[in-house]
Amino acid sequence: MTRRMRLKEAKQYVAGKLGCTTRDLSDPVAMEQIRLEKGLGTLPFTSSVHPDDAGMIEAKFNIAELLDIPINCVERFKKHARL
Amino acid sequence: MGDGSLAHMTPSEIRQDVEDGTATAAQRAKLPLLATDELDHLFDIFASPARFSSVDIGDEVVLTYDGTGVPQQGGRVDALYQTEQLFGADSCELYHADYSYRAVKTVVPYEQQQMKEAQQRVTIPVHYGAQPDLGRYSRPDGPVGNWSELLPAMRIDEARAAQEEAVEMAVADMVYVAEGMWEAGADGIDFDTCGAAGDADFLAALKAVETLRARHPDLGIEVGMAGEVVLGTHGQLEYKGVRLAGLKPEGQVQVAQKAGATVYGPAVNVNTGKSTAWNMARALTFVKPCMAVAEIPVHMNVGMGVGGVPMASYTPLDAVARCSRACVDVLRLDGL
Repeated sequence: MTRRMRLKEAKQYVAGKLGCTTRDLSDPVAMEQIRLEKGLGTLPFTSSVHPDDAGMIEAKFNIAELLDIPINCVERFKKHARL
Repeated sequence: MGDGSLAHMTPSEIRQDVEDGTATAAQRAKLPLLATDELDHLFDIFASPARFSSVDIGDEVVLTYDGTGVPQQGGRVDALYQTEQLFGADSCELYHADYSYRAVKTVVPYEQQQMKEAQQRVTIPVHYGAQPDLGRYSRPDGPVGNWSELLPAMRIDEARAAQEEAVEMAVADMVYVAEGMWEAGADGIDFDTCGAAGDADFLAALKAVETLRARHPDLGIEVGMAGEVVLGTHGQLEYKGVRLAGLKPEGQVQVAQKAGATVYGPAVNVNTGKSTAWNMARALTFVKPCMAVAEIPVHMNVGMGVGGVPMASYTPLDAVARCSRACVDVLRLDGL
């Protein structure tokens, strides 16, 4: 949204960064695997199947780095936590 | 129907309504009709007896929201978390029950605290939203003259002056709240129902967007409209040389993106006396021209009383599904 990307361009950008195809973005099973592998957060996060995976603010750190986009709350977290 | 009631229609009646809907919009607003293949597709969507309809695999769009969470979900941050985890939302929006930037201005620290907490618990983008709500600045609620009373009394100059005064106050409040939310970690700001009080209301939002964009290059800003035509309550206001009164979605998106918005949300109001098929055809006719000139994502407002969706407190699932699919399939827009 902050880069004003239209949908097609945004899907291609994200797929490229995730190392998958734009078709994979529509596949919930593929996306769950990708999100687990890359620490991007999953649904439902509170599932007992993945108790120690990245989620919430942790996931957003990984999303910001992987997609190379500034995420406001991540930057502020770093500042406040003096990271 | 546009009021949410279930109606039985023959295929020929549905076809006629689709054609009448686009013809009504085209004639009234001097817009091109929907193409034959688009009308055929709309007919297929609305003639289907299925309870649910959806886009093809691969055509999924991004969903943004105005105000997510209801009291039944517990606290406001709990509601945002549930919106993500249980509804699978792409984004969510923290909001105050008094959905007006003028009202929120007085409780910004409390909203900031909620936003900060939300950002640490929620993975999807969390926006903050409210309405410019220009009428709130007029008497008896606000300090300026009430143009709704001044206009019928033919005190036109006073009415215009009051609106111009209200614009500056609204801009200050919107910028103050938006910057407060940005400090708290918000991913974006939503100015909802822009133009609800006419062209002055829309101008206030555009000026706020311009100010925020200059100060915060990375702030996501959504401009969501109130209607398909900006009412000329003032009549003479312009933004960068463009008269705002009478702007339709094609003109609305151009000024919004010029101001610095990152998402534009057109809104087309529903006629409750007409069928959903009629309303959808009319809505698509209004919005389609803006897709050719949009340089930013377009997220059409598709909800209670707008975007073809019936005006009902509990909107029928099949109507929401059909309208959502029609918007994506015909307009090829970026989100809803």
